Amino acid sequence: MSTDSARSRPILHIDWTRCDGRGVCVELLPELLNRDDWGYPVATILPTGNRSNVPISPALEDAAVEAVALCPRLALSLLNREASP
Amino acid sequence: MDTALWVVGRATGVVSLGLITLAVLLGIMTRSGRPLPTLPRFSVLLVHRNVSLVATLFILVHVVSLLFDSFAKLRPVDLLVPFIGNYKPIWQGLGTVAFDLLIAVVLTSLLRHRVGVGAFRIVHWVTYAMWPIAVAHGIGNGTDGRSPWFLTIAIASILLVAAASIWRLTPFFVESSQRRETLQP
Amino acid sequence: MSAVTSSPPATAARLFVAGPHAELAAHIAAYGAAPPPESGSSLVGKLEESGLIGRGGAGFPAWRKLAATNDLRRRPGGAVVIANGAEGEPLSRKDATLLQHSPHLVFDGLLAVAGAVGASEVFLYATEVSMKRINAAIRDRPDMDRVKVVVAPHTFISGEASAVVNAIENNLAIPTDRTRRLSDHGLRGKPTLVFNVETLAHLALVDRYGPNWFRTVGTNSDAGTRLVTVSGSGLQPVVLEVPGAISLRSALSSAGVNVGTIQAVLVGGYHGAWVASEHLDTPLSPADLLPFGGHPGAGILAVLDNGQCGLVFAAEIATYLGAQSAKQCGPCTFGLPAMASILSRLARRERDPALVTELGRLGRLTSGRGSCHHPDGTTRFVLSTISVFADEVQLHLGGRCSAPDHRISEARQ
Repeated sequence: MSTDSARSRPILHIDWTRCDGRGVCVELLPELLNRDDWGYPVATILPTGNRSNVPISPALEDAAVEAVALCPRLALSLLNREASP
Repeated sequence: MDTALWVVGRATGVVSLGLITLAVLLGIMTRSGRPLPTLPRFSVLLVHRNVSLVATLFILVHVVSLLFDSFAKLRPVDLLVPFIGNYKPIWQGLGTVAFDLLIAVVLTSLLRHRVGVGAFRIVHWVTYAMWPIAVAHGIGNGTDGRSPWFLTIAIASILLVAAASIWRLTPFFVESSQRRETLQP
Repeated sequence: MSAVTSSPPATAARLFVAGPHAELAAHIAAYGAAPPPESGSSLVGKLEESGLIGRGGAGFPAWRKLAATNDLRRRPGGAVVIANGAEGEPLSRKDATLLQHSPHLVFDGLLAVAGAVGASEVFLYATEVSMKRINAAIRDRPDMDRVKVVVAPHTFISGEASAVVNAIENNLAIPTDRTRRLSDHGLRGKPTLVFNVETLAHLALVDRYGPNWFRTVGTNSDAGTRLVTVSGSGLQPVVLEVPGAISLRSALSSAGVNVGTIQAVLVGGYHGAWVASEHLDTPLSPADLLPFGGHPGAGILAVLDNGQCGLVFAAEIATYLGAQSAKQCGPCTFGLPAMASILSRLARRERDPALVTELGRLGRLTSGRGSCHHPDGTTRFVLSTISVFADEVQLHLGGRCSAPDHRISEARQ
């Protein structure tokens, strides 16, 4: 994969100051997220480093959009997203 | 035609009561963060939302049909201003109050991402007042309001919502609270 | 550039040349008058050549932040510059000391940056203990009229950059969620520069004497001097100015520490890393501390004596760090007290080897998951403790301790 497409991938941003670990996003994006000991989302594809910004592959973009829309705490946002055609 | 509107008005009123009861129960379930046997958490959330919207639709039909029914003597101003109606003004007024609160709840919910989570939450709490007001309106204003079959439905709904509300106030109501109880104060 | 009438400091003593509690006259006699304001790109160039890195903890090259904000200065509303003297670390005294004795140097640096980026708002953020001296010194400086002084609370995270902005904007000194850099979008949405007060003091000197002078002390990759606070070993905290890449041994000896009797030194404060006594010749510089997982940070050097237990010492710090969480973010709110609890059990000689693996697991779980670096820093400190004091850990798992008289104070649990 070229670095260009990696850079322009949408990013799922977790606002930890709002997140209450309700678990809706984890159900909608099981390929990317698990719940930690206290219910908060853990990005399984990012074992270390900053885990607030999760890159979203094209296949998961729809699910990510739904997670952002349904989060009860509005703790999710999608950054870097190209305008839909 | 009048009779048809009258029947639709009454029927949608009864169905609305059932639907908003279901919506409140699902709303409490959503807040608990728990799944139901066949419904994951996001589904509980979606069913709550959809039932609420269908309930709103039924309430709109209930109100509009009675608006056009000459027997009901309902005027457009009665939809916004309570207690000035021509027919049982107090009981009808409760319906107006419930209706106005419903509009606020539905608008802030649909526009959640615009108004922010704070405004959405606070207005949503209003449903705990809106629901009993709607029930009182149904019993007081409804043609069948005091008939045994309606009262049975109403009492069953009250018991269900009361039980769910009490559950809402217990310490481990929210599923994740049990995982977090080891936090030292 | 106008000629500077006094000669530049020739040694590693640079920040306190005007003497203790220096008034404006003494300041000017020692350093000469501040040069006239210059353009942003000119100051950026000087700073880049000087190699000055931030003295607030993160150690970011000073010129980069300035350049980023300077590029955005033409945005409507202009830019914001904030001098950060909050000094949240309990073991640090350098910012308070600098503001007490050389406030005018800090003011010069702050105004130089504010002038260079054409700032529309300028702030000085410091704790109550510095206020009397700051306000007195400002009275002698009409050019400081435009600077608003804001009091910082005495909490660990009050000095975190987004917390500084939040404190000034909303009176809440806790970090905020950020999707954009502060230099791009900070206070009231404007490009915002937050500089540690010591960084600004060095910047004021670079502005007067130039980047080549700055580099006459220190090394190529760690130029200039830095302030360190040395504590432990029965000492009251001592603030010293030392050259870049000075060995830990020299720095500690200069502070009066008997380096023969110490076990290890905690470098970089409560979010730092341990360096054991056999490595005391390690230079205090970013590159040399990297293998230890550490960084000079805000220059805190906390010494652990031979008569103390590293695990007990660390457990008390970890408990403090957990309590200092802003309690906004789940992983920090719950993960840090959980780690502190496990470390405390180890410190109390609980014989369970699973405690060590659990500590590692919790550290990896909480690090990088929060709106600021409090969980990352705490994890770094805890895991460094377990690694450097591995022998002590083994002793404790066997129910023993190298310093059995050193126990966790019950009050802190």
